[in-house]
Amino acid sequence: MTLREIKEILQAEVLTGEEFLDREPSSACGSDLLSDVLAFTKENSVLLTGLTNSQVIRTAEMSDIIGVIFVRGKRPDNYAIELATIKKIPLLATRLPMYESCGRLYLRGLRGCSEL
Amino acid sequence: MNEDKVLMEIERKIMGGDFQSAGDVSSELKKVLQQVGFPPSFNRRVVIAAYEAEMNVVIHAYRGVFTTKIYEDRVHIEVNDQGPGIPDLELAFQEGYSTAPPHIREMGFGAGYGLSNMRRCSDKLEIDTRVGEGTKVIMDFFLNSDK
Ligand SMILES: Nc1ncnc2c1ncn2[C@@H]1O[C@H](COP(=O)(O)OP(=O)(O)OP(=O)(O)O)[C@@H](O)[C@H]1O
Ligand SMILES: [Mg+2]
Repeated sequence: MTLREIKEILQAEVLTGEEFLDREPSSACGSDLLSDVLAFTKENSVLLTGLTNSQVIRTAEMSDIIGVIFVRGKRPDNYAIELATIKKIPLLATRLPMYESCGRLYLRGLRGCSEL
Repeated sequence: MNEDKVLMEIERKIMGGDFQSAGDVSSELKKVLQQVGFPPSFNRRVVIAAYEAEMNVVIHAYRGVFTTKIYEDRVHIEVNDQGPGIPDLELAFQEGYSTAPPHIREMGFGAGYGLSNMRRCSDKLEIDTRVGEGTKVIMDFFLNSDK
């Protein structure tokens, strides 16, 4: 599944990184705890989160996460978007809450990080 | 210890409480490691541990100095801070233990995973801490380890 398909499934808006939507994550992780993300995600995954500060982008950068999806209508601050643009990390925003977002992607076959 | 030569040495300051710049040092380190040409999986564990150590200074200490030495076959990191120190190291290493205040938790930190994450990612971790003075974190990463 590509980020472009994820965008469709979650009816998401692209905040930055339109040119990277052909990327294909091998797994996904949904979390609002950054140390959890650092400890448990695999490289080449996408992160779904309700956090909006720029450390989310730093965490994604360090963990080789290839895209971040902000759930339940949350919007990252401008500095976070700027940083993501520099780091070439595409950002999507969906109105769907965390559970529904993860559920929809899982149903369509995107696995969790612990299942790889 | 090895007497092999240092390919590169980086020394950077970290400011406690500065969440805008937090992560800049680890981000620069990632770039340098990529330029040196180490494999991505190696860089990933170095950089994750570096970022956890950097964030601990930003969150828990007043200021720090982050030093990296890059060798052909290993990376050596020292993070030396002035801060409150850690009164009970064993407790601090327990997953889930954190003294992070609410405004830090709102940012997504304070799960109490950082130290164990650093241990998991590194091949060698040493912590020297003095209450009321500060904390020194020393980590080594070996290219040929099976981590
Ligand atoms: N450099 C430091 N100076 C003072 N205290 C520290 C330092 N690093 C860690 N600690 C103490 O050890 C505890 C555990 O650290 P650890 O990194 O495991 O978790 P955390 O930073 O609280 O949360 P997380 O890393 O999951 O965001 C901290 O809450 C803090 O009390
Ligand atoms: Mg920590």
